[in-house]
Amino acid sequence: MIGQSPLRTFIAHAVLILGILIVGFPIYYTFVASTHTLQTILRPPLPLLPGGQLWNNYSEALFGGIGRIGGVSVGQLLLNTTIMALGVAVGKICISILSAYAIVFFRFPLRMTFFWLIFITLMLPVEVRILPTYKVMVDLGMIDTYAGLIIPLIASATATLLFRQFFMTIPGELVEAARVDGAGPWRFFIDILLPVSRTNIAALFVILFIYGWTQYLWPLLVTNSNDMNTIVIALRKMVSFADADTEWHLVMVTAMLAIVPPILVVVLMQRWFVRGLVESEK
Amino acid sequence: MATVDLKDVKKVYPSGVEAVKGVSIAIPDKELCVLVGPSGCGKSTLLRMIAGLETISAGTVAIDGKVVNAIGPTERDIAMVFQNYALYPHMKVYDNMAYGLRNRGTPKDEIDSRVRSTAKVLELSALLDRRPRELSGGQRQRVAMGRAIVRNPKVFLFDEPLSNLDAKLRGQMRVEIKNLQRTLGVTSVYVTHDQLEAMTLADILVVMNAGLVEQTGAPLDVYEKPASIFVASFIGAPPMNLLALTGSSSGPMLADGTAIGFAARETPAVTLGFRPEDADVTFNAEALPGALVLPATVEAVEPVGAESFLHCVAAGSRIIVRVSGRATAKPGDQLRVVAKAEKLHWFDQAGKRVD
Repeated sequence: MIGQSPLRTFIAHAVLILGILIVGFPIYYTFVASTHTLQTILRPPLPLLPGGQLWNNYSEALFGGIGRIGGVSVGQLLLNTTIMALGVAVGKICISILSAYAIVFFRFPLRMTFFWLIFITLMLPVEVRILPTYKVMVDLGMIDTYAGLIIPLIASATATLLFRQFFMTIPGELVEAARVDGAGPWRFFIDILLPVSRTNIAALFVILFIYGWTQYLWPLLVTNSNDMNTIVIALRKMVSFADADTEWHLVMVTAMLAIVPPILVVVLMQRWFVRGLVESEK
Repeated sequence: MATVDLKDVKKVYPSGVEAVKGVSIAIPDKELCVLVGPSGCGKSTLLRMIAGLETISAGTVAIDGKVVNAIGPTERDIAMVFQNYALYPHMKVYDNMAYGLRNRGTPKDEIDSRVRSTAKVLELSALLDRRPRELSGGQRQRVAMGRAIVRNPKVFLFDEPLSNLDAKLRGQMRVEIKNLQRTLGVTSVYVTHDQLEAMTLADILVVMNAGLVEQTGAPLDVYEKPASIFVASFIGAPPMNLLALTGSSSGPMLADGTAIGFAARETPAVTLGFRPEDADVTFNAEALPGALVLPATVEAVEPVGAESFLHCVAAGSRIIVRVSGRATAKPGDQLRVVAKAEKLHWFDQAGKRVD
């Protein structure tokens, strides 16, 4: 370690604690708001300590049965979002690992052309191609379907590049040893390449899951029916009710619930995530 | 169980680089053939062509009498030990060894018995549940060997398998590889740049240089009768002493004008050489007929224990003389280096041996 003196330790910790406060305070404040009644929230200032409405608010949001957003329960919203986030993350990983595999380990005509084509799509995020994509989804009848939510987001140049970089660090001898051992391209992919890249896959999964979870623009466009809303869209719809009617305490509860699954994914996969980013296992 | 025959094998890369320029080697059954040469001489490329990892531009490779140019590494029934071992990092030792057998559809209980018996031979039985990263370099080396042996292939191919080990372990493994190869009786091709490894392991030694075979033969034959200056200086440590000759009416002379004190040779040799151990030093000035006598100055003395190497300057060239035990000479001493005439090697303008 570089700094051993107490002053340096103190400064380092001070900076870290400050950072945590800056990041953590809004979340804490949301939590606090989610434990007060609507009246308390609407009458500023909002107390800094949690109120006594925790149980009431959460049970009302979860099981209240009021059709707050067109009769869709929070459970349904969480399910929709989970399906979308999982679909995007898994889909992106499948597609990008296969294309990276092809680009790194096979020699075929126009290999580099394909690589550059994939690379160039980095410049065309969803927002840029949103009109043609929307038109295609409409023509295919994919509005208000999970497929419509997931498929347009599923190609990933970034993930392909990451896997390509990782695959290029795999020693050629390992590939050759597998060939001598009688493993064809498919066997090599399943038996050797996938297990060796599992930490990378895990790290990428965490990032992509959160990417899918927080999608806003595309789900907003492609879902008309309230049944198919993701929780992020539903939150916005809750707020856009007539000003006075906005049930802020329930909005806060929903916001808290919305950040739980991504946190769970990060916490549960943290070990893999860090290993995937830090070490390359060979 | 198999012979390996290379006939005029060539490798030309798409870039136009000719890595192997026509090599023919016949390896009899059960023999260990060592390909040795400096880096970039094409020895590894040649091995990879035998393995089927590299396409063959011209010529044929035959294993067990059957030309294998067109078939892949799996069907050639070879096993290869790589320089960096290339163990599958996520598999236990057991699975590393069993993987090739599983891919060939060997029954489970047979895989088990073969892996376990191979592990026993290589003293790996206690390590079967470990992963490669939990093993030392020497143990990884054994697993790589085990992976090759367990398949019971027709041919073993070794690509500088010992170059990542420390000197002591390398010595041990060298002996072990030799014993294993002899016990198993599997035809083997072994690539190395280490001439000591080459000398001690080989049944057939093939010295390569710049994509061509310089000399093929039993190790000691190659050592005693190097076919060219390249072989003479590559095989043997320290290398052979080489002195340039100039012709004159009275017979060949050394570069500095010293006449050679015995009958000139008929053939136009331009270089003469002798091994460090074939020379001796003397402080006396008596005439020594039938020997090459060079006045020399000692520059440095390297005591190695059982022997000492005297680095001298004679006739304008640096030469090394091996004397057994402690050297009495000191740096700066003037003495005479004496090499017997029958121990001299002569080479012509093209660097080829002249007898």
